[in-house]
Amino acid sequence: MNRSDAGSTGPAIVAHELTRRFGDFTAVDAISFTVQSGEVFGFLGANGAGKTTAIRMFTGLLAPTSGSASVAGFDVATESDRVRERIGYMSQRFSLYEDLTVRENIRLYGGIYGLDDATIRERSDVMLAELDFTPSVTSLVRSLPLGWKQKLAFSVALLHQPVVVFLDEPTGGVDPITRRQFWEMIYRAAARGTTVFVTTHYLDEAEYCDRLSIMVDGRLAALGTPAALKREYDVPSLDDVFVRLVRSPVADAG
Amino acid sequence: MTAPVVSVRGVSKRFGSTTALDAVSFEVAPGELFGIVGPDGAGKTTLFHVLTTLRVPDSGSASVLGFDVVRDLWSIRSRVGYMPGRFALYADLSVEENLGFFASVFGTTIADGLELIQPIYQQIEPFRDRKAGALSGGMKQKLALCCALVHRPELLLLDEPTTGVDAVSRREFWELLATLRESGLPIIAATPYMDEAARCDRIALMQDGRVLAIDEPAAVGTRFPRPLFAVRGKPRALLLDRLRAYPHMASAYPFGETVHFSDRRADMRVEQLRQELLVTLGTDGVSDLLVERIEAGIEDVFMELMAAPTAVAA
Repeated sequence: MNRSDAGSTGPAIVAHELTRRFGDFTAVDAISFTVQSGEVFGFLGANGAGKTTAIRMFTGLLAPTSGSASVAGFDVATESDRVRERIGYMSQRFSLYEDLTVRENIRLYGGIYGLDDATIRERSDVMLAELDFTPSVTSLVRSLPLGWKQKLAFSVALLHQPVVVFLDEPTGGVDPITRRQFWEMIYRAAARGTTVFVTTHYLDEAEYCDRLSIMVDGRLAALGTPAALKREYDVPSLDDVFVRLVRSPVADAG
Repeated sequence: MTAPVVSVRGVSKRFGSTTALDAVSFEVAPGELFGIVGPDGAGKTTLFHVLTTLRVPDSGSASVLGFDVVRDLWSIRSRVGYMPGRFALYADLSVEENLGFFASVFGTTIADGLELIQPIYQQIEPFRDRKAGALSGGMKQKLALCCALVHRPELLLLDEPTTGVDAVSRREFWELLATLRESGLPIIAATPYMDEAARCDRIALMQDGRVLAIDEPAAVGTRFPRPLFAVRGKPRALLLDRLRAYPHMASAYPFGETVHFSDRRADMRVEQLRQELLVTLGTDGVSDLLVERIEAGIEDVFMELMAAPTAVAA
C-alpha cells in the first residue's frame, strides 16, 4: 500500500457525470472534475447541496446511480475496497475515540489500515515529533484541548500514507492560530504529494485551497482557483461568490 | 445615562482545575447588539449560563435587566429569551407545536408573540406541520429563534446561533438579528466566526475564559501594535518559512493567498520591506513576491492578543 501502486500515478480524483438519486430526488447531478495529485481542493456548498452524498461516493460508501468516479486510480463503485485502503478521512464530528489514550488511538487506526506494530511505532514517533505534541501519549483524548484533538486526528488520518485525505469541516470551532497551524499541516501533507479534499463553512478559509468547487442543488456551479472565481464574478471575496451562487429562493427549502 | 441592560463585574467560574471564566467584566447598553467572539472553550457558553441564571458564579457579580443573577433568578428567567448552542427543541414535535409549547411555558400564546416573530415565522410557516427534527439547519435555527422570542423577552441571548450552518444561512440569520435590533431589542450573540463580528455594535474577544478586548468592530483593528503587511509569493510554504525566519519578524500568519507579516521595526515602510524581502527571500527561491501595507482586522488582533497572555482587557 504505497504510492508506487498501479493506478496512483494519474490524477487523484476523477469524477465523470457522477450522479446519485434517492427516489425522485437527485442529490448529486452529473458532476465532473479532476483533482491532481498533491492538490488542496476545496469542496463547498450550502447545507443540503449534495456535498456529503458526493463524499460518500468518493470514499466508496455509496454507489453512484450513474456516471463514474475514480479515487487513487480505482473505481469507487467496483473497487471500493482498494479505494478505502488509499484514503484517509477526518471530520469535526468523527475523529478520535475520546475514551482511548493518544497511543491507543494511533495503534487502533494503524491496525485498521493494516500497518504492523513496528511501522505504527516508527511512524507515530515521527508524527508526534512533527506535531510538536507536548501532552502525554498516555493521556485520554477526552482531556486534550480541541486544537490538539483536531491536529492529532489529521495526523492519524495520514498514518497509513493515503493518496487522498478527505477533511469534512476540520476546523470548526478552533481558535484562529490553531486553524492556521492546521492549514500548515495541510500544506505540508500536500507538498509531500497527498491530495487534500476539504469542506468548510469558512469562506475565508477556502482561500487557502489551490482550487475550489461550489455545489448548488446537486450541480457543480463553479470551479476554479480562488483568484479566478473572484475575477469571474467580479467580487472582492469568496463569501460574495458563494452568496451570488447559492442565494436563491430554494436555497433553504428544507 | 441609561442603566446598562447587562452588567458583568469580575465574574469567575471554575470547574475542577479548569477556569471557564476568569474575572470577566463588561456592560451592554440598551438596544445594543453585543458580540462575544471566541473559539470553543473560550467560556462563551458558561457566560450565557451565568446570565440566564443556570449557573452561579464563584466570584464577582452580574445583573441582567437590573436584576441580580443570583438573588433575582425568577425575575430574569421570564424576561430573557435564550437560544442555546445545541439544538434544544423537541425533534418529534412539529414546528407549530414547538412554538406553542414554548409560548405556554411562559404563560402566553403564539398569537400574543406573533407581531415580534412574524418576519421570521413567515419563513418557516409553510412547514408548520413538519417535525422539527426534519428541518434543515437554517430552518431549525429560525424556529429556535422564534421559540426564544415568542414570550416577547426584553433581552435576547444567542449562544453560537450560526455554528455549522452554511455561509448564506449565516448571513440571512444576521440580517434577521439586524431587524430585531432595529426594534430596540438588546441582543448578546456568541460566535466563533470572526467575520460575523463586524455585524455587531460592539464585540468582546474571548479566549480561555478571559476577555481579551472590548471594542467596536471597526476599531478593533487599530489595536494592532505594529504596521501590518500582506505578502504574496510562491511557493507559499517556502514564503511562510522564510518570513518566520526573517530576523525582524514580529508575526507571520497565513491569510488565504497571502501571509500577514508584521515587522519589529515600528517605522517600517512598505517600499523598504519590499526591497529587503526581494533580496533575502528572492535568493532563497521565493518568486512572484508582492508586498502591500494593510489595515489589521479582527482576526489579526485576536491572534496578537492570544499570543500575548498578559494582555489586559480594555
